[in-house]
Amino acid sequence: MGSLNRIYGMLLRHIYLLRGSWPRILELAYWPVMQMILWGFITQFFVGHSEWVAQAAGLLLAAVLLWDVLFRSQLGVTLPFYEELFSRNLGHLFVSPLRPWELIVSLLGISTLRTLIGVVPAALLAIPLYHYSIFDMGLPLLVFFTQLLVTGWALGLMVSGLVLRFGLGAQSLAWVAVFALAPISGIYYPISVLPGWLQPIALGLPSAHVFEGMRSVLLGQGFDTGHFLFALVLNILYLCLGAALFIRVFHVARKRGLLLHSGE
Amino acid sequence: MAIQVHELTKRFDDALAVDAMDFSVEQGSATALLGPNGAGKTTTLAMLLGLMSPTSGSIQVLGTDMLRHRYRVLGRMNYASPYIDLPQRLTVRENLNVYGHLYGVRALPKRIRQLARELDLEPLMKRAYRELSAGQRTRVALAKALINEPELLLLDEPTASLDPDTGDRIRTWLEAYRSRSGATILLASHNMPEVERLCDRVLMMRSGRIVDDGTPQGLASRYGRQNLEEVFLDVARREPAARG
Repeated sequence: MGSLNRIYGMLLRHIYLLRGSWPRILELAYWPVMQMILWGFITQFFVGHSEWVAQAAGLLLAAVLLWDVLFRSQLGVTLPFYEELFSRNLGHLFVSPLRPWELIVSLLGISTLRTLIGVVPAALLAIPLYHYSIFDMGLPLLVFFTQLLVTGWALGLMVSGLVLRFGLGAQSLAWVAVFALAPISGIYYPISVLPGWLQPIALGLPSAHVFEGMRSVLLGQGFDTGHFLFALVLNILYLCLGAALFIRVFHVARKRGLLLHSGE
Repeated sequence: MAIQVHELTKRFDDALAVDAMDFSVEQGSATALLGPNGAGKTTTLAMLLGLMSPTSGSIQVLGTDMLRHRYRVLGRMNYASPYIDLPQRLTVRENLNVYGHLYGVRALPKRIRQLARELDLEPLMKRAYRELSAGQRTRVALAKALINEPELLLLDEPTASLDPDTGDRIRTWLEAYRSRSGATILLASHNMPEVERLCDRVLMMRSGRIVDDGTPQGLASRYGRQNLEEVFLDVARREPAARG
């Protein structure tokens, strides 16, 4: 009960923050909606000009919506963590009985909420705007969503750990790190497009397997169990690595007194 | 004993912040760590709270080894300091609600109402923490520090930068809390009248060491001075002893 109560307390802390600011909630949904609108028009153009896109008009829209799951999920971990640093609250948190792993679980919870607030409105708007429903994908959509959510969590924990260690001067990592993955995740094109030497590196990312799997479903080739299993194993590995890095940095921060002096 | 510290040392690269410190604090007492800037007071408090790990030495808090089992005891202690803040955009009530959950407080709404009444926070409960004045923030920080009715309360300069009226109110609340609950208080302060009023024992610190120990009156008479402030100046300006 103690751990659940503390995790609930931390979730409340971030829900209060969201609830108290409509602009924050609107901003969460704004960028995914803009991305969806942009890629919707690009899709309409390519349907008439590209045989590949014409096979499945939803390829690009599904890709942009799922990419936003990864992006928002990563930001959903890092931005609430930055919020503790900006408000110089870390010292108070860690003189309470809150364990680092409980903080991690609460960050993952708030990341899920922020991701849903960001991506669901864009997915719903795509239905009247472009007559495309990502929900038609069915069960595989849930699998892709979950996998990308976990990839974002892992990356978010790594970035948060680095910012705890090196301070808010490194905060831009939240945007830099995820975009470094974009070209080799095969969001809008198959991994086979990449140079041969880059393909094994790309396939070391769970996101590359998810987007390959997504294309397989949308092009009518069925659910690819191989890509699913690769993504699953890699996600477990990276999430463990992210959590281990965060907890390791927490111990270093205690040694160096960073928890007391964290902030702007 | 509420606190027992043995050979406590903290080194940051080449700098020795706390140097093989030994002291103990009796249950139910109010003790001050007094010393000039850089004496190691805040570092000592941070190690007692588990916010900072020591380079060597041992810490027992409320009968628990803080270095091995700090989570067993953190729920029975609390801390307030002007150097760390509460979430700025949350209201006073939301902040107390969050920390009430972190400390596992039972009957939390009742406890929050009680603190709001005792610390004159009722008109502020719906206001965001960032909108409050320094004095109001200190009262909210104190409410957070008392939310779990701690057996051990650690305070870092509890009335720093407050006007005399607000400072006096805070001291009165602390005295009332201690006499009602029997809690132990350890505070770091530069405010000598505050220490003389609140504390029955003073640990004088300098360069990471405890250089003297006694009651406020006892120290003044030992140094042949009128008050603690003069004792403080004597200790702060004394040539450092050679370290072995």
